Amino acid sequence: MAAEGFGERVAISHSSTDSSKTQNLTYRELYEASRNVAGSIRANETSTVGFVDVSSPNLAVCLFASAWAGLPFVPLNYRLTDEELTELASQILPATMVTGTDYYEKLNSVNDLKCLKTADLDNIEAPANLPEDSDWEMDGEKEAILLFTSGTTGKPKAAILRHKHIVSYVLGSQEFMSATEEQATLMSVPPYHIACMANISSSIYTGRRIVMMQNFEPVEWIKTARNENITHAMVVPTMLWRMVEELVAKSEKIETVQNIAYGGGKMPIDVIEKALEVFPNTNFVNAYGLTETSSTVSILSPEAHRAAHNSSDPKERLRLTSVGKPLPTMEVSIRDDKGKPVSPNESGEIWVRGEQVSGEYKGGISRVNEEGWFQTNDAGWIDEDGYLFIEGRLDDVIVRGGENISPGELEDTLRQHPAILDVGAFGVEDTEWGEAIAVALVLHKEANLTEDEVKEFVRENLRSSRVPDKIVFYDELPYTETGKLLRRELMFYADT
Amino acid sequence: MKLTAGNRLVSTVCSTEIIVVKAGDEDVSLTCGGIAMVLPEERQGATTDGTISDEAKNGTLLGKRYINVDDTLELLCTKAGEGSLGIGDTLLEEKEAKVLPASD
Repeated sequence: MAAEGFGERVAISHSSTDSSKTQNLTYRELYEASRNVAGSIRANETSTVGFVDVSSPNLAVCLFASAWAGLPFVPLNYRLTDEELTELASQILPATMVTGTDYYEKLNSVNDLKCLKTADLDNIEAPANLPEDSDWEMDGEKEAILLFTSGTTGKPKAAILRHKHIVSYVLGSQEFMSATEEQATLMSVPPYHIACMANISSSIYTGRRIVMMQNFEPVEWIKTARNENITHAMVVPTMLWRMVEELVAKSEKIETVQNIAYGGGKMPIDVIEKALEVFPNTNFVNAYGLTETSSTVSILSPEAHRAAHNSSDPKERLRLTSVGKPLPTMEVSIRDDKGKPVSPNESGEIWVRGEQVSGEYKGGISRVNEEGWFQTNDAGWIDEDGYLFIEGRLDDVIVRGGENISPGELEDTLRQHPAILDVGAFGVEDTEWGEAIAVALVLHKEANLTEDEVKEFVRENLRSSRVPDKIVFYDELPYTETGKLLRRELMFYADT
Repeated sequence: MKLTAGNRLVSTVCSTEIIVVKAGDEDVSLTCGGIAMVLPEERQGATTDGTISDEAKNGTLLGKRYINVDDTLELLCTKAGEGSLGIGDTLLEEKEAKVLPASD
């Protein structure tokens, strides 16, 4: 359809700083390449299509080729160890596996795995039995994408997204060909992240050129944004933080980016406030979503960002830390532990409902109830004007002497301290309280801070019941590559 | 015919092609240019002696969505054409575009 509407536009390209690669695909070329690869995949007679490599235009080719061949697409984390990769691959056999050169030998030896090298797809010949346009089935019930969830709280599970979920998301949030020819989005989130899959789908639908960046690095990102006339981007909070630090250090600004969406973790208020200064012309969109909900559920709009940023009312300023309001096609409800809705401003578990919600995993597991609600396992609240606030994973809530303590709230407070660069709060076992409050702190270079000063700061700026019982200092905190704090690791280190 | 999301239908009097986004349970006689639409594989054999009726020649635009009055039926145009979409003689309306900022 995009090939029909604007076939000659460039659909997708490598970042220009990656000089070894020059692959540019127009929408028409993307369509034809997908057809050829779909033909090769079909000839393999497998049941899934895996992908283990960094981002490239061929990632989009493989996504659409899988749909054309009628098989689910499964992007895997290329940073996993060989053992972990083999274990995940074993769950999707028999599979066609598109791999970078580094993984080819290892994976090609696995039974029932037919490997193709990503680079070989550039010049793939049309196979004998080429799929027809009409072979591209439009059955919404078929599995489109399987994503192994990041597993910050347990073993990775394969979440199932069917075509109907992705289509609901794209149609619910975007209009066809709504982007102008000048618009370009910089994709620096890895292939196995829902935001990357969602971005490819919606960028192709709206006609926005995608520039693929293989590995995020702040200096490269800034250079690419300037060279490629980037107008749009999606980042996780850690990335924005590192970009902002870089720009502030060099006293530079970026004035050409129109829209930056961020999500996938908690954004510290000081980072977004600084970002609004160094990206003076940029519309910021905070998007909250999960893999299981085909990405975005709710957004804090650019207007809401500016209103909060310019307000002197503390309650309105606080909205900079909110994820805004649900998409028109989505419903959000806060429930207590019995599943009953709670009042505004009261904290509970976030439940979501809508056609883009899958909530389903391989092995016949579904977390959607009879009324269509999906329990996110995220804690949060909604204020009286309908703004949604996320407190973090429900499992991360610290229960100290029967009182529920949100790590996010404590982290936000501590981050306001000028000596503190980064902070993670978590519960540790305690005989007296059941759980005690622990915080891991990273200080700015050459800053000094004693444990007593930390406690005093929390007592003054939050309340005495939130004063940490245990304080540890680190050089840096452990994050997943997609910017999620690994609290389990913090707990482990704190115990040893 | 009874429609379900994902069905593809084509016009017999112009180049219009659509995909069903949303459909109710009831039978619907979908038309384009005033003449019944058919499945893609039926186009070859379909009688094409019909011409676009004057009441249904405003055209269908690529990427636009079309809905009925109760919003129980929604179609997405995947290939533009000269005929207008309808249920029988009643024309469908173009769905108003939503404006949402990019969030991914």
